[in-house]
Amino acid sequence: MNLTRRSFLKLAGATAAAATLTGVGLRKASASTGEPLRIRFTKEINTTCTYCGVGCGIICNVRDGVIVNAEGDPDHPINEGTLCSKGASIFNMSYIFDEKGKPRLNPNRLTRVLYRAPGASDYETVDWDWALEEIAKRIKDTRDRTLVETETVNGQQVTVNRTNAINWLGSAWCTGEENYLFHKMVRAMGVINVDHCARL
Amino acid sequence: MTNHWNDYQHSDVIMAIGGNTAENHPISMKWIEKARETRGAKLITVDPRYCRTAAVSDVYVPLRPGTNIAYLGGLINYILQNNRYHEEYVKHYTNASFLIDENYDFDAQTGLFTGAEDDPVRNATKYNMEDWQYQTDDDGEILKDPDLEDPNCAFQLLKKHFAPYSIENVSKMTGAPEDVLEESYELFSSTGEAAKAGNILYAMGITQFTHGAQNTRAIAIAQLLLGNMGIAGGGVNAQRGQSNVQGATDMAMLYHIIPGYNPTPQQTQPTLQDYLDATTPEDNWWSNRPKYIVSLLKAFYGDNATLANDYGYEWLPKLDGLDHSHIPAYKYMRDGEVEGLICVADNPLVGGSSSRAKMDYQKNLKWLVSIDVVENETAAFWKGPGMNPAEIDTEVFILPACAAYERDGEKANSGRWIQWQYKAQDPPGDAKSDLWIVNEMFKKLQALYEAEGGTVPEQITRMHWDYDDENGDIDIVKVCKEINGYNTVTGELVTNFVGLEDDGTTACGNWLYSGYYNNLENPACKRRIREKEGLGFHQEWAFAWPLNRRNVYNRASCDPEGKPWNPDAPVIWWDENEERWVGNDVPDIPGTWTLEQSTENPFIMLPEGVGRLYSIGYQGVGGLRCGPFPTHYEPADSPVPNLLYPNATYSPTSQRFYENHTVETDEERERYPYVATTYRLVEHYQSGSVTRNQPWLNEMMPEMFVEISEEHAEELGISNGDTVLIESLRLYNNGEQGHIEAKACVTKRIQPLMINGEKKHIVGMPFHWGFMGMSTGDSANDLTPSVGDPNTTIPEYKAFLCNIRRA
Repeated sequence: MNLTRRSFLKLAGATAAAATLTGVGLRKASASTGEPLRIRFTKEINTTCTYCGVGCGIICNVRDGVIVNAEGDPDHPINEGTLCSKGASIFNMSYIFDEKGKPRLNPNRLTRVLYRAPGASDYETVDWDWALEEIAKRIKDTRDRTLVETETVNGQQVTVNRTNAINWLGSAWCTGEENYLFHKMVRAMGVINVDHCARL
Repeated sequence: MTNHWNDYQHSDVIMAIGGNTAENHPISMKWIEKARETRGAKLITVDPRYCRTAAVSDVYVPLRPGTNIAYLGGLINYILQNNRYHEEYVKHYTNASFLIDENYDFDAQTGLFTGAEDDPVRNATKYNMEDWQYQTDDDGEILKDPDLEDPNCAFQLLKKHFAPYSIENVSKMTGAPEDVLEESYELFSSTGEAAKAGNILYAMGITQFTHGAQNTRAIAIAQLLLGNMGIAGGGVNAQRGQSNVQGATDMAMLYHIIPGYNPTPQQTQPTLQDYLDATTPEDNWWSNRPKYIVSLLKAFYGDNATLANDYGYEWLPKLDGLDHSHIPAYKYMRDGEVEGLICVADNPLVGGSSSRAKMDYQKNLKWLVSIDVVENETAAFWKGPGMNPAEIDTEVFILPACAAYERDGEKANSGRWIQWQYKAQDPPGDAKSDLWIVNEMFKKLQALYEAEGGTVPEQITRMHWDYDDENGDIDIVKVCKEINGYNTVTGELVTNFVGLEDDGTTACGNWLYSGYYNNLENPACKRRIREKEGLGFHQEWAFAWPLNRRNVYNRASCDPEGKPWNPDAPVIWWDENEERWVGNDVPDIPGTWTLEQSTENPFIMLPEGVGRLYSIGYQGVGGLRCGPFPTHYEPADSPVPNLLYPNATYSPTSQRFYENHTVETDEERERYPYVATTYRLVEHYQSGSVTRNQPWLNEMMPEMFVEISEEHAEELGISNGDTVLIESLRLYNNGEQGHIEAKACVTKRIQPLMINGEKKHIVGMPFHWGFMGMSTGDSANDLTPSVGDPNTTIPEYKAFLCNIRRA
């Protein structure tokens, strides 16, 4: 990590330490050093925090397609402008800041589709099309061999159309629309092993 | 949550039990503080640690992990013995007066309810519930004693069941001092007064036990007795740990349900009619189930769903009567039955129970697909500690996903507010949204089956899947419309679920969400209008399911005549002139009902129409497998016998999957003498795969630690900051004891507790760390047992035994 303690403090200001002073803290830090506001020339986009179940409103300040600042949305009825330490540093997942305050991509973010072959000691980079086609083949191969079509229940042959050979996990991190489509895909595959962090 | 975050401001007494609000839901403390400032509200925290919430509480009750029912049973007993309950509420709005079968009993000698049988499939106890039923007359009407005096009425049985939970006994079980127990009971039961509001907040410190469901039931019983359900500032409030754990549950990413809390079909229900007959009660809300199910099948199978083919019901997989939640699913993996794992933004090798063992089971996978923003431990298992990649044949596909603010979609918070999460920037490189990924993944699969056929290809090819825009990209609005529901003839969006039909003329992906996106210009979930004055319900901010209702069961906020119990915070009331319910919230009563109907049925989701002090499955709705009343059982790993029922140490109906997995013998109790629990920190999130890759958060909370008391540290010769080894039975294999490593945090926050005269040490650990990422460390969940609640199979993460020694 190429971030010194000093630049961390200068840039983050009170963000991390004093949750309720997030916005104010940043402005004060900037004013005292005579630097222009970090949110100057930015576009404001309202979004919802992705961490706990409180559902705080966040304003993202975006410049050149990059979030350069996030702070609590003062119009939001639940958090009224405040955020916790996680919420206030939300964009750290994409960009971290070097000593000059320039955003650079978080090196641990995944940006490529990866494949690890049996017995391999590393991944190879592959493209989406190849990966999705190969995954479809794996699902089909497993499902076609393991799908239980019928079962005898109380002396009667009934259709059950299920497989116990595939597990699906997740996710509370994803949106409602995503989870709805996951559910459709799960049931279409005949999958019955399905769970997410509500129980995990 | 039955209520919502802003509603905390109306509480007079708040009890945080099994949740650390100040640490894990910090912003919500604002509304607790407001209640304290404006109403003089009091805060009680019940927790094994003097946690951050405890530090700002009026009363702090320490308790041994795993003894919540003892504590809450003591509260119920105190309320009943001291006549602190809200009598009119209990008589009218609960099943207190219902007469129960004369054969029903609970035997303190065995610790079992009537009807216990061996369950050879699960190697546990199960119940024949025949003798637990309500007494009925010849017409099937339930018999009642309105005076609550009949020894077989639910109220008298409740009194009898909880009589052993005296303050003295509760103190011996929990380790909480008697005077502190009494103070907390006296304070919380003061909300039994009609105009007072008591609020119980909880999180995984209530649910993650082999008796987790009954912990929650105990909260519900206390709240019903005190008349705290339905009112502003009351409720049973589960504080959700993730931004959309509520929404993912609503959408049924769980084996046992399909969207909108409908049960997954069983193989004993081969036709749609069988399914509906088994799950549709005669009365109240779930009598609408056929409308929701047929509309769901129309959303799933589109034009392929017709009356003639049972709307495609045969394509839905049918369950085999066994458990398919994550613990047994990993066991099926161990046994070689599971070949493939698709893991979306989940990380069971850190967040799951007995996670070290799970890493080994994953070696049996033929293929693994991980969809996440980072390479998490579950995806990287093949190069984890002790693994030899050359011997692991699992193919791993890693699909790069978006961060939350890189995609659009709705998320439901704990208060059931469905809010829009807006995209603020593009994802880096080739990363894509999960919506795009699932759309492309399923289109590829469907195309493969169209081209090649296969086993029951119709199950895949007949699934309605048409979400592309004109450029072949995913169009989220198409998904929203399908979830909201539409008329299959005109294509018009339905206003809400009242418009759903069971004849195939409507399609709706999730009836509870119906109304969240019922117009394209200004969808309800995107609304941003704050209320200027009122109770903080913010009816025009976003959308709350169901029907934009903010406090569910709000009929019960009024007396039988329809007047608010608390006139200062009136949720709804009966307007005598208009002869209908009006007020600050959407009434939880059908608009066509008379006052009398609503008085008889304030809890419309239950066929009885009233809240359950005594809980059994009735007309196919609800009920628990482990008994009509909560009962104190020790956790599976327990340091002491069950004080009340010595012949039933742990929950006899709990879900056990592995041999020699939890502490059974005295020798093992000596080997693992300390009671442990796990928890979260504000700086990190769940399995840490997101937050342990953020420099700012790592700087604030850099490494794995274990909290131990000063006295305990002195006994062990450990100083603050020393590296220590922690061991549990889960890491004991073939005579060799494994361990995890952590820094010792010697603290006053944890104190040893006196359990039935014996001193027991308590330790606490965060569960955020794993072997990947910028900040690495050992996983606390390597230590936790894979045993589950009999109803939910949630693992018992929050109470287990361990040993600690110097490194």
